[in-house]
Order: sequence, then C-alpha cells, then structure tokens
Amino acid sequence: MSRIEIVFEALQRQQRRALIPFITAGDPDSEATVPLMHALVEGGADIIELGVPFSDPMADGPTIQRASERALAKGMSLRKVFNIVAAFRKTNAETPVVLMGYANPIEAMGVGEFVGLAVEVGVDGVLVVDYPPEECREFSAALRAAGLDPIFLLAPTSAPERFDEVAAAGSGYIYYVSLKGVTGSAAMDLTEVAARIPKIRERVGLPVGVGFGIRDAQTAASVAEVADAVVIGSRIIEEIESSPPDQAVTRVRQFVRGVREAMDGVKGGTA
Amino acid sequence: MQMADAAYNFPDASGHFGPYGGIFVSETLIPAIEELRLAYEQSRNDAEFMAEFEYELKHYVGRPSPIYHAKRWSGLLGGAQIYLKREDLNHTGAHKVNNCIGQAMLARRMGKPRVIAETGAGQHGVATATVAARYGMECVVYMGAEDVKRQAANVYRMKLLGATVVPVESGSKTLKDALNEAMRDWVTNVHNTFYIIGTVAGPHPYPMMVRDFQSVIGKECLVQMPELTGRQPDYVLACVGGGSNAMGIFHPYVDVPGVRLVGVEAAGDGIETGRHSASLSAGRPGVLHGNRTYLLQNEDGQIIETHSISAGLDYPGVGPEHAWLKDSHRAEYVGVTDAEALKAFHDLCRLEGIIPALETSHALAYAAKLAPQLSPDQTILVNLSGRGDKDMHTVAERSGIQF
Repeated sequence: MSRIEIVFEALQRQQRRALIPFITAGDPDSEATVPLMHALVEGGADIIELGVPFSDPMADGPTIQRASERALAKGMSLRKVFNIVAAFRKTNAETPVVLMGYANPIEAMGVGEFVGLAVEVGVDGVLVVDYPPEECREFSAALRAAGLDPIFLLAPTSAPERFDEVAAAGSGYIYYVSLKGVTGSAAMDLTEVAARIPKIRERVGLPVGVGFGIRDAQTAASVAEVADAVVIGSRIIEEIESSPPDQAVTRVRQFVRGVREAMDGVKGGTA
Repeated sequence: MQMADAAYNFPDASGHFGPYGGIFVSETLIPAIEELRLAYEQSRNDAEFMAEFEYELKHYVGRPSPIYHAKRWSGLLGGAQIYLKREDLNHTGAHKVNNCIGQAMLARRMGKPRVIAETGAGQHGVATATVAARYGMECVVYMGAEDVKRQAANVYRMKLLGATVVPVESGSKTLKDALNEAMRDWVTNVHNTFYIIGTVAGPHPYPMMVRDFQSVIGKECLVQMPELTGRQPDYVLACVGGGSNAMGIFHPYVDVPGVRLVGVEAAGDGIETGRHSASLSAGRPGVLHGNRTYLLQNEDGQIIETHSISAGLDYPGVGPEHAWLKDSHRAEYVGVTDAEALKAFHDLCRLEGIIPALETSHALAYAAKLAPQLSPDQTILVNLSGRGDKDMHTVAERSGIQF
C-alpha cells in the first residue's frame, strides 16, 4: 500500500479529511523549504504538495508564478528539489510528498532518471499540470511501475466521460480544480463544488481533493464537508511572502493549524 | 531531397506531427480545446464558411497578394532570380490578418463575443484588433511590457481600433509571457472568450488551424509562380519565429517535388553568443505552451530568455510542424544575425523601394547569401511577410538617430 493510500485509509477510519498544503520548492531560497515542510506537518498537513518551479507556469496565478521566479532566481532546479525531499525524509518517513509541476523539466531530465530519483528520495506522487492523461501514457505507466501515484486534475468544465479517463489513468487521489481559472483566483463556488463532488465519486473510485481558490479556514471547513481532501497553495505562499524570513516557519505553521482545526471542527484552539 | 511516397497528411487525429504537437494543457482547458476542435472541423468542411473566408480575404484583406520580381536586387547579387510574395501589401501590413479573419469568423460562429490575443511585434495584436473592430467584438491584447516599449506605434494602433492592451510584467516581459497571460485569461473566461493564437503553435488544433488559414499564401504562389516564370521556384524562403508565415507558404509546397523549403531563424548576436532565438537550430525538444516542439531551454528544462532585433521572432519555441519538417528533412532551417538582417533591410529599401519588416529581413538576408551560389536561371521565392513601418524606431536607434 502506498503512503498516500495509508493516509487516506487512516483518515477514513477517523472520519477526518486530508489537508494538503502546497509550497514551491526553493521559495524564498533552498534552505527555507525543509523547515517549512516540517512546519506544514506540525500544523496538521496530511500530504505535502511540493511545487517544482518552472519558468512558464501557465496554469498558475501571479502568486505561485512569483514563488517560482524567486526560487529559480536562487538557483532552484528539479535535481535540487529531489535533494530537498531527501533531506525532509531524514526525519519524516510518514508524510506523503507529491511533486507538482510542468512537463518540461521532467522531460529535460529524462523520464527514467526522474522516476528513479523520485523513488530513491521518497516521493509518493507526481502531478504534471500540462500532462493530460492522453499525452503521458508512458510516463504514467513508468510512475505506476515504480509504485508512484500519477495524480490528475478534473475541472468544473470536464465532461463525465472525462471522469472515467482520468480515473483510469490516475491513482492516489483526484485533484478537482474548484473554479475556472488559475491558482489563487478569487472566490470559489461552494454550491457548485458540493454538487459536483458526488458526481465525480460515482465514476471515480479515488479520494477527491479540492483546490484552487481556497483562501481561509472557513472555506476549507466547508469544502471538507463534501470532499476527501482540501488543497491550499497560493494563500500559504502569500504567508511566506509577507513574513520576515525568520518568522515564515512560525506563521505558516499557525496558518495551517488554523485550517486544520476548522476542518476538524475544533473550536478555540490556540496556535 | 527526401520525400515520403504517400501524400503528406499531418497532424494525425490526435494532433501530432510525428512526436511533436499534441495537447499539453491543464485539464481546465481540455473542454475548451475540444469545443474548438469540433467547431473548426465543422467549419473547414462547410462550403459557406469557406466561401465567406475567401470573400473576406479578397475584399477586406486585398488578396491575392502579388508576387514581385526583385530584378535590381537579384542582378546586383549576381545569381538566382529573387521573387517576393507581397504579404506586406495586405490590409494591416502583414500576413497575420489572414489567420485572424479565419479565427474571428470561427469565434462568431461559436457565439463568443470576446476575443483575446498575445502579440510580440504587435502585428498579430493589430490584426486581431482590426478584425475585432470589423466584427464588433470586444478585444483584449496581451503584450510583454518590454515589447510595449519597443513597439509603441503598434500599441497606439491597437488602442485606436478599440482594443485593450495589457502590458505583461512577468518573466522576460516578451512574447512568451504574453502567451502565458493570454492562456490564463482564456482558462478564466472560456465561456465567452475565444483565444486567437497568432502563430502555428499552441495545443491542437491551433497549429493545424493557423496553418490552414495561412496556407492561402502558398496556394496563391502555386498558381502565380508558373504564370511568372513558367515553373515552380527552386527555393521557398521564409522567416521563422513561431512560424506562421513560413507554414503558410511551405505547406502547399510540401508535396511538390524539387522545391527546397528553407526557414530562417533569428540568430541575434550569433548562435555562439547564446543571444538568439533560433529554437530549431540550437534548441532541444520539450513541452511549452500546449505543444511538444524544439525549445530554447537550459539543462534543467527552464525556458531561457531569447534575443532578436525583431520582436516577432523573439520566441523560445517554434510551431510543432516545423519541428517535424526539420526532423523529416523536408525543410531546412538556418540562422541569420541581427546585423545581416539589418543589411538586407537597408538593401531592399534602397534597391527595390520596399521597406520590409525586420522579421522578414531575416529571410531576405538568407536570400542574399543563397542567390550568388545559384545560377541566374534558378529562382528563389521569399515570403515578404510584413512591412517595416513598425520598425522605424528600432532601425533608427541602431543608426544612432532619435525621432
């Protein structure tokens, strides 16, 4: 059983939902990322999505693009992302890590080497934003052969037949993009999400995570009522951006804890 | 020359040109692209749609554009005869408008009242704004902040035509960043917005669709060249940034034996300096902007900043069909530096009374290199893709002149 499956099974037993925060590797610099990952876990993260910076992040909004630009300016690369995961794994063997990024850095490295390194350092899943299932059959097969989960997106505009294709190609969980737009966009439509998730569940036998546009603990809690997992990215990047460097870890931990408590229905918890 | 026996028939059903092309986009765009693919498939097989497209090209654009024999220039170069396909005489001054009319008609048919576009030199932006005004559509043009500075006249032109020009401050602030931003707009506003891509790149069906709309250039040449010279040309030359003017003139010639197709990329300060935009000559295959193609990238797969004197060639990728024509050896691709392009620019001004676009000047510069190696009974057809009025500032600055 994969680390991702173990997490969802345990949460299912506890009747809790998964919290999946996203940060960009190397933002604001490479030393910052491992302490931030541990802070996410301390705050209550179940799975970490780690962004691999790319020069042209077409599906992301300005916040994550800025994070990518800061990381690349400090020399972050796919190889260094693997070093970060290896360093995180020295003291954390349980929390699944999903790499999220774009196809080109992976193709530049070569799929074989990418999969080999991912297994070696303890990556659990991979979400390539610009790889829809039909363009990455070999890549997905290579991931699955190595015991890694290929994670795919579904959108509000996706047709029901599309659910089946994505369900057949993916494992681990499905990431439902909760609005039309890029990451970090304005408010999401909770009613739409609540109506949509059961329809996805009918055809997709995987846990469904919801992301894009979740900006506060209250929205996260509402999403947790209908989905298996809540993904938060841009809002955490903003926390890192606006913190003095020595306070980023504390503030990110506090923010994630606030979301966790709201999702678990805990009232009055102190950070 | 290597030619397959069967007729050329790309892309395949899934939008691939060999290993290139495809649909590499986020799931959020998949339904929009599918909607577009179906609408285009219906339209290209609809005689009424195609008749209207031809009518617009004739009466609004001014087609067919003539082919002009550059006799003086050819004589001075002392070799092959150079013929110029005068896309610069089109309404709006470049080939870009051919494609914009096709896509705007498609947008209207699909019931999308808002069109968006990315632009580098501003030619595609101007063409889109023009056509949007013609069809009464809202128009938003994304343009790299760097290009907004370089192409102030075209920015004003777009505004006169009623378009909103959005300067893009992210990344290298050039064409690729404008494209990123336009994609984001499209993802967000897909219900009422049609994205008019200006070149033969992007996810399928764009490379095929833009090529088809631009192929009017080469189809006219197939008729015009025998009328002028009694036969088809020995060489067809065109500049290649994204590659739409080149695909437009190449595609009808792909199955014509004996015609050599040469794409001319921007070698900037020289390929060896690293400051250039020659994706096919110096890049590696990768995935960007919805398709797999040759890209200028670093070892880590990050897209690198490009350079060219011409904003329209300043792009780190290239249309996937060019990648395929290169690998299959049906076309060859060469580089021309800023300095060589400028010399050809001035030569054409002085010798033929034609002010070409700096983009086009790259193709002209290669014609000037090639012609003396050939005999006077051979012919070179150059796609004169645009006029150079927009480049007055850039050229003047290079010569130390301030307006």
